[in-house]
Amino acid sequence: MPDMAKLTIAQALNQALEAALMEDSAVVILGEDVGKDGGVFRITDGLFEKFGGDRVIDTPLAESGIVGTSVGLAMAGMKPVAEIQFFGFIYETMDQIASQAARVRFRSLGRYSAPMVIRAPFGGGVKAPEIHSDSLEALFTHTPGIKVVVPSNPYDAKGLLLSAIDDPDPVLFLEPMRLYRAFRDEVPEEAYRVPLGKASVVREGTDVTLIGWGPSMALVLAAADELVAQYDIAPEVVDLRTLTPLDEETIVTSVQKTQRAVVVHEAVRTSGFGGEIAALIQEKAFLYLEAPVLRVTGYDTPYPMTMFEDLWLPDTSQVVTAALSSVRF
Amino acid sequence: MTQTTTPQLVETDVRLRLFERMVILRRFEKRVYDLFLQGFVKGTSHLSIGQEAIAAGFGEAMRSDDWTFATYRGHAHTLSRGVDMAPVMAELMGRAGGLMAGKGGSMHLTSVEHGMMGSYAIVGAHLPIAVGAAFSAKYRKSGQVAVCFFGDGTTNIGAFHEALNFAAVYRLPVVFVCENNLYMEYTAIHDVTAVEHPAADRAAAYGLERIIVDGNDVSEMYRIAQARLTRARDGYGPSLIEALTYRHNGHSRADPGKYRPDAEVAAWMERDPIPAYRERLEREGVTTQALDAIEERVSIAVDRATESAKASPPPPAEAAYRDVWSDGGWQWRS
Ligand SMILES: Cc1ncc(C[n+]2csc(CCOP(=O)(O)OP(=O)(O)O)c2C)c(N)n1
Ligand SMILES: [Mg+2]
Repeated sequence: MPDMAKLTIAQALNQALEAALMEDSAVVILGEDVGKDGGVFRITDGLFEKFGGDRVIDTPLAESGIVGTSVGLAMAGMKPVAEIQFFGFIYETMDQIASQAARVRFRSLGRYSAPMVIRAPFGGGVKAPEIHSDSLEALFTHTPGIKVVVPSNPYDAKGLLLSAIDDPDPVLFLEPMRLYRAFRDEVPEEAYRVPLGKASVVREGTDVTLIGWGPSMALVLAAADELVAQYDIAPEVVDLRTLTPLDEETIVTSVQKTQRAVVVHEAVRTSGFGGEIAALIQEKAFLYLEAPVLRVTGYDTPYPMTMFEDLWLPDTSQVVTAALSSVRF
Repeated sequence: MTQTTTPQLVETDVRLRLFERMVILRRFEKRVYDLFLQGFVKGTSHLSIGQEAIAAGFGEAMRSDDWTFATYRGHAHTLSRGVDMAPVMAELMGRAGGLMAGKGGSMHLTSVEHGMMGSYAIVGAHLPIAVGAAFSAKYRKSGQVAVCFFGDGTTNIGAFHEALNFAAVYRLPVVFVCENNLYMEYTAIHDVTAVEHPAADRAAAYGLERIIVDGNDVSEMYRIAQARLTRARDGYGPSLIEALTYRHNGHSRADPGKYRPDAEVAAWMERDPIPAYRERLEREGVTTQALDAIEERVSIAVDRATESAKASPPPPAEAAYRDVWSDGGWQWRS
């Protein structure tokens, strides 16, 4: 085995960015405080020193300017990787993402494109306030033309980020904030890729399919352990990894086997991506279902204040309860 | 689908070329207006009649690999980069032979070969994008300049200010051109702007020179374009130009422009950039025949472009489902 360091998600992302800067001189990183100071979550730590201010660019405080500049860079042949400090600030950039980046190819008949990555830390659980904890992925799964990628562990984080940077379409890359330094995994030294659009079956089982992504994977996996240990239920666990393009096949195949599904996300419930998954399952696996597809989600409120955060966030027991009611339906 | 065998722009003397460019823009736009009334032009369209000197001056001064970023009022800027009239006309009519295969219409004119980086329908959106293109030129030391055209109303949206600061901070090769035609859609810019000159009076906030030019004087536009493009190419950073002008028609298709005082309209009609320049060329010794010949030739070219556009079929419906993703389609699921 070559070098297999044990890395956190934060370190794995840093390695991916370094590899991308090394591989291709068209790659530049830009964002608020990403250069000299290495970023709010220190994901770009050390890159300014290695690659200089022409490639790791400290920008003004102007989210729509950062994303708009990235669109222009990408149209002109560069591969920008923009950082938005917290996903909640993405509202500032909606026009540049949804009406520009996502449509450059469509409007120009494919003659121009915007191969760019927007990285943003997201999700709750770190005692940060609203806007700093929001899960807004469904705004973008509802936007044709932009891919949405959400890793949940260090290995995927590195491989998916490198694929996102290679990708010819614009990619929104969501980093689970509370998992940045929560645990370590073995991560190869080399610049490997994990393909976009492929979900991963993290645990095989026969009784119920638990579907999640990003930060929710931590509770899904904990719930799976509990189901096995305490209830003698064998859940199959699917980590979507990419929301757009969606790996329908893996979801449908799994549900055809288990005949039951529970979708877990932190985002608010109504019009959340869980609804899309439920619709997909009933369209493609209706006759296999033994129970309604259940959702474990955040509440339909703005993200709560810190003291209510644990109450508000989906937790392991809710996932266990949902899985049990699906199995016992 | 170009049927003309001669190039659209044939004059070699710069003065005549500037004149020819303006005549192309004027006659083209007038025809678009007629075709709109006849129901041939689909969707919306925003004409540049009265504002031709700005597009003509820049079109003449720009290097072929420079980039243009235009607004929805972008027919003139597209033609001025040398794009043929016929595919532009066909695009406005929503025909398969259009510049965007009939799929985009008036507000999406784009041409990679001509450095026409797109027409943007969201006010202000293209300023940061032009900054990004300029960033790449600086990074690659390509010597290209991004030129970004927009209206007076655009100076009050955040993107304008974000983009100017970006451009100034990194000394990027971008020229911002505010075509101040005194109105947003229907509201006078003075009613809603804190300063007298919406662009120029903000320049100092970004460490830029205060530049106001007569946007109806094509030789002045050509001169300032040359000077500012050279400056950008030489690494001295961005410029912000406020060009004073006026649109002869309403904001878009059916707007009669009634919100404008008659005396104001009349005064600006007197300052029409094309007759003014024609008189000047005659004073300088250019013959009437030479100028008439240009008008005549352009007029024939517009007729031909119209015929060719009318002969083009509508686009196939599947065009609406193409090019969402890099696999060429719209239904990208794994
Ligand atoms: C963000 C945004 N707001 C509003 C509009 C609707 N709109 C289109 S053009 C326009 C006026 C723009 O005025 P100006 O910048 O002066 O350009 P002009 O049309 O005079 O060339 C408005 C309000 C829009 N397209 N985008
Ligand atoms: Mg205006």
